[in-house]
Amino acid sequence: MDTKNITHTSAVSSDTQNTSTALGKLIRRPEAGSLLGLLAVFVFFALAAGEIFLMPAGYSSWLNIAAEIGIIALPVGLLMIAGELDISVGAIIPASSLTVAIISGHYGAPEYIGIAAGLGVGLLIGFINGVLVNRTGVPSLIITIATMFGVMGLTLGLTVWLVGSTGVAIVPSETTTYLLGQFIGGMFQITIFWWIAFVVAIFYLLHISPYGNWIYALGGDRISARNAGIPTAGLTTSLFMLSGFCSAFVGVSQVLVYQSAQVLGGQAFIFNSIMCVVIGGVLLTGGAGSVIGIVLGTITFAMVNQGIYFTDIDPNMGSIIIGALLLIAVMANDKFRQLALSYSNKKKK
Amino acid sequence: MSDNKPVLELRNVDKSFGPIDVLHDISLKVNKGEVLCLLGDNGAGKSTLIKTLCGVHKPTNGDILMDGEKVTFNRPRDAADMGIATVHQFGGTFPLMSIGRSFFVGVEPTKGWGPFKIYDRKKANEVAVKAVQDFGITRIDDGDRLIGGLSGGERQSLAIARAVHFGARVLILDEPTAALGVKQAAHVLRIVNQAKKRGLAVIFITHQVMHAMAVGDHFAVLIRGSIAADFRKGERSREEITDLMAGGETMAALEAEIQT
Repeated sequence: MDTKNITHTSAVSSDTQNTSTALGKLIRRPEAGSLLGLLAVFVFFALAAGEIFLMPAGYSSWLNIAAEIGIIALPVGLLMIAGELDISVGAIIPASSLTVAIISGHYGAPEYIGIAAGLGVGLLIGFINGVLVNRTGVPSLIITIATMFGVMGLTLGLTVWLVGSTGVAIVPSETTTYLLGQFIGGMFQITIFWWIAFVVAIFYLLHISPYGNWIYALGGDRISARNAGIPTAGLTTSLFMLSGFCSAFVGVSQVLVYQSAQVLGGQAFIFNSIMCVVIGGVLLTGGAGSVIGIVLGTITFAMVNQGIYFTDIDPNMGSIIIGALLLIAVMANDKFRQLALSYSNKKKK
Repeated sequence: MSDNKPVLELRNVDKSFGPIDVLHDISLKVNKGEVLCLLGDNGAGKSTLIKTLCGVHKPTNGDILMDGEKVTFNRPRDAADMGIATVHQFGGTFPLMSIGRSFFVGVEPTKGWGPFKIYDRKKANEVAVKAVQDFGITRIDDGDRLIGGLSGGERQSLAIARAVHFGARVLILDEPTAALGVKQAAHVLRIVNQAKKRGLAVIFITHQVMHAMAVGDHFAVLIRGSIAADFRKGERSREEITDLMAGGETMAALEAEIQT
């Protein structure tokens, strides 16, 4: 106990040392705007929706949504920081769901084979995206739309050909349900904890490891980055593969939660993931953004998406709020970016 | 050994893209602690020459020599590894990255072990700020500031300081003063002079004769892909150089034609 106390106080004293620059640091952080947005949205729904929004049922409703979008928003955010977009995530989710359902549900192969194949599908599509972007020089928006349609067509065609219907059921075993498909306390999806794990891993990648610098440089100025010796092509492909993997992960966990896979589904994730990332302060043209911002953006989005059902507002109008939120968020983030650019530490040491 | 040999030399270099000849028979040399000014109007082939020097293009004919020995650059990285650093007009930097981060792009300092490497932000910031301050830019004292918040001259200075820090022997400056005001340009010229005093070989590309005359030891004028004149400091007047750049006698003849 004693040692804990000592380390705690020393942490406090080093904190106070830095308070003179704390405001400057906060303003310079790319997530400053999204933090304010999240607080505003939370207060609004806490007042408009009443107590239920502040009870576990309220939290679980938006956390379950946030976790699924969040796992995809993280790599989509990294890609956006690196100056690329990925639309194909919307097709990878059903493709990987159906891979699991067909291999392990329809043909009855062991589940680990189905899950590995499902994740492999994501990695493969990501790899194809990366190679196409590097080789052709066509904007990734167009390339990933093309692969999205390609994958959608293949998923539909192969599923109907192999199974004879557009939906496949699967009864997952206890272990896989426990790992990927269980509801903790009857309402919190285990995906929430996977999301936290992804956040930690990607936070390390972008902000702590030296590779984060490469991603920022790639989005800031691709040619200068290459001249500085960064393997830009390899990095781009890796980021697309990461996004493919994370989308497949969501697809796999969805099939285990809902115990069936549908050919259609996942389309909503395309715009929603981009929206979370942009609300989180990532610059659409690349070069700026942060993992904390993406997480805050995701929570904000999920809160609006679900909070609307707890209020008296007509849920059909919910999209208006989301649209307005996006616009306000982007304008606020631009403002904060200007502040960050003009900020300098005036205090001389 | 290398004292009497030029650090970088081009011998009879030609460069053509398919049927289009861009550079003809270029021979240039630059010594340690010397500034070579490359002057030329738009389209004279300056950019192609720079790209050949820094490894983007390979010469069609002719040789590049460093310290008297023939070298081949297959990609920009090869030239950089040999100590050739190029600073572009806008500093080639990343507006939304911090000074420390952009200073160390591609060669990030790390601490920690094994696969769990940690980007050492404190060290990066300290080294970057010190490197710039050594060049007399004392206004930069916070490595967390974003590049986009610096003035054009400060960005150029940072880019030059970066090149010197990473052991450049040849500094290629591509129109470093073109987009700058008078004061900022003077600032950059002062830094060019300092780089020269530190023993770097500097190739300074510009179309502003005044800036070239302020720092140059050796001048070469490029017209339509050929060297039209090659002279040392004090051998030509400013008017003569301007005339040369504009096309020399062609220009005088044109003027005469208009007046009659």
